[in-house]
Amino acid sequence: MSVKVLAIDDSRTMLGLVRKVMTDAGFDCVSAEDGEKGLEVFSREAPDVVITDINMPRMDGYGVINAIRGGKANRTVPILVLTTESADHLKARAREAGATGWIVKPFDDATIVALVRRVAGLGS
Amino acid sequence: MGSQNSIRDMFFEESEELLEQLIDGLGLIAAGQADDETVNAVFRSVHSIKGGAGAFGFSALVDFSHRFETVLDAVRSHRLEASAGIVLTLQRSADFLTDLVERARRGDTETPEQADSFLAALDQCLAGASAPDGLVASAFGFAAQPILLDLGEPATEVFEIRFKPFGRLYSNGHNPAMIVASLADLGETTTHLQTEGMGELADFDPAAPCLGWLIELETSAPETKVREVFDFVDGLCDLHISTRLDEAAAPEPHPQVAPASSGATQASSSPPQSVRPTAEPADNTPKSTLRVELDRVDRLINAVGELIINQSMIAQRLQELRLATDADVVTHVEDYRLLARDIQEAVMAIRAQPVKPLFQRMSRIVREAEEATGKKVKLQTSGEGTEVDKTVVERLSDPLTHMVRNSVDHGLEKPEARLAAGKDPIGTITLSAVHRSGMVVITIRDDGAGLNRPKILEIARSKGLVAPDLELADSEIDALLFMPGFSTADRVSNLSGRGVGLDVVKNAVSTLGGRITIATTPGQGTEFIISLPLTLAVLDGMVVSVAGQTLVIPITSILETIVPEESDVHQFGASDQLLFVRGRYVPLVDVAEGLGLSGGLRDPRKCQVVLMETEEHALVALMVDRIHDQRQVVIKGLESNYGTVPGVSAATVLGDGQVALILDPDVLARNVSPAANSGLLRISEGMPHAVSH
Repeated sequence: MSVKVLAIDDSRTMLGLVRKVMTDAGFDCVSAEDGEKGLEVFSREAPDVVITDINMPRMDGYGVINAIRGGKANRTVPILVLTTESADHLKARAREAGATGWIVKPFDDATIVALVRRVAGLGS
Repeated sequence: MGSQNSIRDMFFEESEELLEQLIDGLGLIAAGQADDETVNAVFRSVHSIKGGAGAFGFSALVDFSHRFETVLDAVRSHRLEASAGIVLTLQRSADFLTDLVERARRGDTETPEQADSFLAALDQCLAGASAPDGLVASAFGFAAQPILLDLGEPATEVFEIRFKPFGRLYSNGHNPAMIVASLADLGETTTHLQTEGMGELADFDPAAPCLGWLIELETSAPETKVREVFDFVDGLCDLHISTRLDEAAAPEPHPQVAPASSGATQASSSPPQSVRPTAEPADNTPKSTLRVELDRVDRLINAVGELIINQSMIAQRLQELRLATDADVVTHVEDYRLLARDIQEAVMAIRAQPVKPLFQRMSRIVREAEEATGKKVKLQTSGEGTEVDKTVVERLSDPLTHMVRNSVDHGLEKPEARLAAGKDPIGTITLSAVHRSGMVVITIRDDGAGLNRPKILEIARSKGLVAPDLELADSEIDALLFMPGFSTADRVSNLSGRGVGLDVVKNAVSTLGGRITIATTPGQGTEFIISLPLTLAVLDGMVVSVAGQTLVIPITSILETIVPEESDVHQFGASDQLLFVRGRYVPLVDVAEGLGLSGGLRDPRKCQVVLMETEEHALVALMVDRIHDQRQVVIKGLESNYGTVPGVSAATVLGDGQVALILDPDVLARNVSPAANSGLLRISEGMPHAVSH
């Protein structure tokens, strides 16, 4: 089974990097450049894992998590938050919002792949 | 996605947009027109640059943007008031960030010397900010990597892990099996399912998890590694981790982490949310875009050029075959022509870009010039959305920079002088762009003292650019500024006096097929007006024939066409001829002679004449055998095949397949008739400033 990852980030550079790492690891990767578009893609593509940035225009990452967790379909999909902040309160807030885990930017390719494999249930 | 390199390119491309957004937003903040979302967008710009820079290891960029972002965060969360001084520091920091991005692009990863002073200025800003809400910001936004010391072969230990998920663990997308699997990566595990919480089937609540696990893990990994596995589920489960040794000391297992079960306590413990606008203005919605390599667009433009040539060939062939009388054919050909034009315009629009980034860069130039001269300047811009060909935007950057510096340095007076003249001590420089009759007109206006004509003349004379006793009209004196070798550098400033004169600006503008003119009012200021073609791919031209050759004259500089009366032609000296046009004597230029073509009609009385204004505002009359018509032609560069041909700027292909040269009338007039350019021939005053089309 191929894992489908949805990457949401307003930075094209980040999106490009995530896509590259994901596709190199053999995952399918779809993407969106803000929260609202992210939700559109989410409902259309039903990804196995979501990776989202936090601070984005229109709808931020918390909004994305809330919408997915509060939605009807696929609501327990693993959601990983991409953040440059490692402060504990930000992690707590992401967890509070319903994030499955987080990745601190700049990320290490192997770490993010291992994490996606783990939350997607592929084992390591 | 392509290679790492293409993502790197993407980073720089995106950074450019982010910097634009940043500078824009700071401008709004400076003007006091910023709302929370603007400030947040400013923050986001720097934040995204930092994120990307980190991925590529541009540490100087990461360091600086991190500090920059910290200050912006303080402004965003209203801990720091955006006073004028702070906004200025932020704007300078944005300029410096632009430099750092540029350096990183060039592969220069050294931290420039000025970085310290910029960082200090940012720290200075923060000194005035209140501390973040009860939190100590991590000194550096990135995770500190724990340093793991290798202390030889570690002894294995057995951890006993009691783990009982709450409902939240499942709803956050976790799977206990994955956690157990992660533990298994660390060592040998024995897992026991604990079903004590399970009640009678009748009482079973599917939403209330009742299973727990006891995992015995034998591992050489330290406890921190074991706890790391539970990092994400902290607070989402009952967790107790102990070693076998602990067991005796702490027989009563208790949850390490208090369950965050009450919604109320959760809410109060989370940091206050910054206010986010729920609805955004509709015009903020970005247009959907597609990123295409420039090369592809240019291929399309070339193909469309061919299409237009092909269309006019067909039209001409139909004419020749006398098929054009058939009403159907006429309609179709006309439709074809209109369609081809539509396609062409649409394609040109792809290359069109607003002048905004160009203007934006100028605010920085003004700031720097202010510092260098001690003058106070306000920059006003208008028409930033005006679109021009991408190449024009790119190549206009240097000339515009030079002219803006020039305006601050030479155009505006010192504050004291302005006060004495009853003006606002703060000078104003206005940049505007507007579309006017197929051209884009860019104006740089200052409200300074105006050109000092006696001084300009004096300098030109002292440099031998003008004969000592020659009288010049005002417009001719103004035009001296553009002469090579003229530079008002008797006061060498470190600003404009960089060995670049306005002649370089003029050349740059001419290369783009444009013209530059000056208008000045003593005491009120000076205005430089640059007119440029909207596109470098097509041109409106007048098709003429000279000595059997078909040529195209750009319509932009043509004033009128004349069939001369015999009595209007006057001999001047041995070889020059003048044409008398409405009270003025205009030098006649034989195009055939200028291009070295033989067989032209030498007798002006048998010629038709195209009256043109040169860049120096002088008039010349070009003699041609016949004027055919006026049409749009596709410009084909000659330089790659033939090098520069004096008097010829480019070539085109006409409807009959014939190649026609496009004339550069200014150069032609200069080469053929020294009189037209030397100032020897005084053209009457009060000449039109603007070229009528």
